Amino acid sequence: MSPSSDANTTPKITAQVVAKVAHLARLDLTEAELALMTTQLTGMLDHFGDIDKLDLSAVAPMAQPFPIKNVYREDVVVPGLDRQEVLDNAPAPQDGRFRVPPSNGSES
Amino acid sequence: MTSEFVSVVDIVGSIRGGKTTASDVLEQHLARIDKRETEIHAFNHVMAESARANAASIDADLKAGNDRGPLAGVPIALKDNMCTRGVPTTCSSKILEGWKPPYDATVVTRLQQAGAVIVGKTNLDEFAMGSSTENSAFGPTRNPLDTSRVPGGSSGGSAAAVAAGFAAASLGSDTGGSIRQPAALCGVVGVKPTYGMVSRQGLVAFASSLDQIGPFTHTVADAALLMEVIGGHDPLDSTSLDQPVPSLTAVLGQGVKGMRIGRLADMPDGCEPEVLARLDAAFAALKAAGATIVDIALPSLSYCLTAYYLVAPAEASSNLARYDGVRYGLRVESADLISMYGATRAAGFGAEVKRRIMLGTYALSAGYYDAYYGKALKVRRLIANDFAAAYQSCDVILTPTSPTVAFPIGEKTSDPLTMYLCDIFTIPTNLAGHAAMSVPFGTGAHSMPVGVQILAPALGEPTMFRVAAELERAS
Repeated sequence: MSPSSDANTTPKITAQVVAKVAHLARLDLTEAELALMTTQLTGMLDHFGDIDKLDLSAVAPMAQPFPIKNVYREDVVVPGLDRQEVLDNAPAPQDGRFRVPPSNGSES
Repeated sequence: MTSEFVSVVDIVGSIRGGKTTASDVLEQHLARIDKRETEIHAFNHVMAESARANAASIDADLKAGNDRGPLAGVPIALKDNMCTRGVPTTCSSKILEGWKPPYDATVVTRLQQAGAVIVGKTNLDEFAMGSSTENSAFGPTRNPLDTSRVPGGSSGGSAAAVAAGFAAASLGSDTGGSIRQPAALCGVVGVKPTYGMVSRQGLVAFASSLDQIGPFTHTVADAALLMEVIGGHDPLDSTSLDQPVPSLTAVLGQGVKGMRIGRLADMPDGCEPEVLARLDAAFAALKAAGATIVDIALPSLSYCLTAYYLVAPAEASSNLARYDGVRYGLRVESADLISMYGATRAAGFGAEVKRRIMLGTYALSAGYYDAYYGKALKVRRLIANDFAAAYQSCDVILTPTSPTVAFPIGEKTSDPLTMYLCDIFTIPTNLAGHAAMSVPFGTGAHSMPVGVQILAPALGEPTMFRVAAELERAS
């Protein structure tokens, strides 16, 4: 995916970009969902273009309300989560583990 | 007091004084649930059985002379995005249907230690994304005051549960107004504490730099009491502020004499005239009580919507990556791992959640990061700077909580942007990490309640609660 413009103006979104983003987000969208999403995201991003008129060159970004620092605690052993209680929530537990389909696309 | 229902403070007093029991109080609330829950749908899950056992245990302890804490016997409802051990926690999403957390959220533990009786888990917009509770996978919640209208959102079930008398108080979460807006639309008190004052441990994350848990109550004094119970440092939340909650119940009678109340010189368009009339009445009441009204400006206010709807979806797209069908919740089986992820998430998430994951993924993706997420973070700084400047000349700022009263179900569902505009007054507080609350202050169009919002700087809760108490006296 390549940017369609520089950072000073908001780029336009296309159906191809929406399909690529859906893949990145691991969301299987139907053709109808992709079309609707393209229209709706276009509308939103048009509206969000309002901040293009601001001069933000001297403004520091703010990702958190307050400065975040590393938090340490005493290294004390405490009970972890109950293993069975955790596995009971899994869609496919097997032999005390989480079973998943193969990652290379073929059943072994 | 907004209705015929009994406040938390009065329930605690009556149980302690032996005039009633925790079990009797609980049965009164369960009877109201029996009568109206089908119509309102405030709950995803009513915990009648465990609540009855808890109430009986509290009554037995009190009879034996044991103190069970400041909320002994008070029925409280929890938004269904707070973890309750062994009790379903769905976030109103199909992707978490049936999930039973293996631990309690810190707020749940604190409520239980204070003697509260948890009555159930309340409906919300899926993963707290919405302003009307219409985005729930399990169907909308209706406003108890007019069931053709929304209760607001995303904590609509928690607001409705209090407004309908299903619980004496409830907890919600507020990422861009999700406590204050439904509180306003349902005619109850709702508090969004300073970021870090209430632990987020066990709150299912939506946008971690914006999320805060807070109470819904009938009265300002009840909200102050709840804050004192649930607030305070928690080592399990790395963004928890390392200080105690200031005393709030003690300041309620101190009045507003000499206080400086900020008024927006430029009010954004789109407010109903009746809402603005109630705001004017609130200013008049505070002036009559000895406060001074000061005109202030928040020049970046109109850009907050853009900043929020880029920052929150960006954080959400990252936080919701954990729902992959591996360790908990829904799985749609597929031939390989990647297609299992895509199929599971497509089946498990609703339309609004998908929209926000897409928006957030786009705003964070290579080539677009600077143009969207990066810029939004800078606008976030601008609004924080605006507040810092405004609070040089005032102690709190008063605005409407919502531009309108509760709207009809279905009115805003077709256009996401129209729904997003509901949050114009509530979003800036979350971006800045400040405190804010909504207090009911009369009615507007269609005789529906209007909420006035009090904005305060970080850790400004004591001042904010003094103003809230004054408005409550005047309403």
